[in-house]
Amino acid sequence: MTAMIDVTDAKKTFTMHLQGGIELPVVRGVTFHVNPGECVVLSGPSGAGKSSILKMIFGNYRCDSGRIGIRHRGALIDLATAEPRQVLNIRRSTIGYVSQFLRAVPRVATIDVVAEPLIVTGMARTEAQQRAGALLHRLNIPERLWQLPPATFSGGEQQRVNIARGFISDLPILLLDEPTASLDAANRAVVVELVAEKKRQGVAMVAIVHDDEIRHLIADRIVDVTSFAAAA
Amino acid sequence: MADLDTLENDQPLLVAESLSKSYGRIAACRDVSFALYPGEVLAIVGESGSGKSTLLQMLSGQLAPSAGQVSYRMRDGITRDLTTLGEAERRFLFRTDWGYVHQDPAQGLRMAVSAGANVGERLMAVGWNHYGRIRDTASDWLTRVEIDIARIDDAPRTYSGGMRQRLQIARNLVTEPRLVFMDEPTGGLDVSVQARLLDLVRSLVAELHLAVVIVTHDLAVARLLSHRVMVMKGGRVIETGLTDQVLDDPREPYTQLLVSSILPP
Repeated sequence: MTAMIDVTDAKKTFTMHLQGGIELPVVRGVTFHVNPGECVVLSGPSGAGKSSILKMIFGNYRCDSGRIGIRHRGALIDLATAEPRQVLNIRRSTIGYVSQFLRAVPRVATIDVVAEPLIVTGMARTEAQQRAGALLHRLNIPERLWQLPPATFSGGEQQRVNIARGFISDLPILLLDEPTASLDAANRAVVVELVAEKKRQGVAMVAIVHDDEIRHLIADRIVDVTSFAAAA
Repeated sequence: MADLDTLENDQPLLVAESLSKSYGRIAACRDVSFALYPGEVLAIVGESGSGKSTLLQMLSGQLAPSAGQVSYRMRDGITRDLTTLGEAERRFLFRTDWGYVHQDPAQGLRMAVSAGANVGERLMAVGWNHYGRIRDTASDWLTRVEIDIARIDDAPRTYSGGMRQRLQIARNLVTEPRLVFMDEPTGGLDVSVQARLLDLVRSLVAELHLAVVIVTHDLAVARLLSHRVMVMKGGRVIETGLTDQVLDDPREPYTQLLVSSILPP
């Protein structure tokens, strides 16, 4: 099977110039792949570098060395060396990312925050909003909130808006950074369902989940990040 | 949207090659090169004196570089070196295909004539002559920038700072330019007014598929609006890349300092 994500020997170190140039090694030798329809869960204690790995796969963090192979429109592209314009194209049509926190633009209505990824790839606004509404319904965000910007919502509500925004597109790769952290049982179950649907559609996923029960429900394979720990 | 697919293949709109500007022995801007593509927003960040305004003036053909060149792909598809353009050609470019949003709206507006005329004037400059159509288009643009059309006949000197800035944006965008230069567009505004303006600019840029070069010292503005960022210090570009990458994983000491100096919201 052709992997959607193929990470080889990736390394990340932070150099803190404001703290006298101290080097913080995060991970080294990160090597794993993810096939279509598979959910790989990264495990390891806090600070082991799980989020950093996810961010490297999204092109948000740079990679010191190694390769972040992403299958984009049939070709394997190394995100670690891709031009910014190419990274943006890959994000638009290949990689979705559900971050831990919603970074919403002030004033934009919730329904539009969720619909936006579809609109930028060319879907008509009304159709995109219908799909956004359906997803918000499933995630139990009451309709009376849809026209409000999510900035004033509770943590759990914001996270569900974030999940809706991340799951709305039909992208072949989806990265999930603790998608269920502040959700109640009912909404956690919805997320598990959404992940299962994505698998059936052949989406390759990488997730960070601290909740053992959820991990058990969504993981096809577990990659232990402690084996990539960079010796300080 | 087809343009997203072709984005990878199409040609740059604006190209800067080894741009430098010195004043005597002082180098205000040193060896800056980049290419800007249609629909792309590039933020130039850095503190006062870093050379970002000098760079913006060179890019927009208002200041001749000491070395290097700027070329622009005209509407006819031909890429021209800006210094080879005649004064009339350059002025025409500024009236049609380019916009320039000044930090101080008074520099970009005519403060004593009505808001409608401020917007309509740009249309007349490109040959529109039907009064009714000009007025309709002007009111349409005032609405798009969230100015009450009841204020169309008032002069911008009666407007608040935020309204003036929105009017300046309408005046710039009415001729459907492909490239807009912005110099600290939210600089003199209250924070609440800034947020509204940024939202507006962000949606117009996406809707009209504008290429933008925006100079700002505010990293939050860069994050919200730009795809790519160039960090300048002492006249040089010291770090460049995808905006979220440079801001979330800054590499250079000076960029780390800038990022760490942002106050939490």
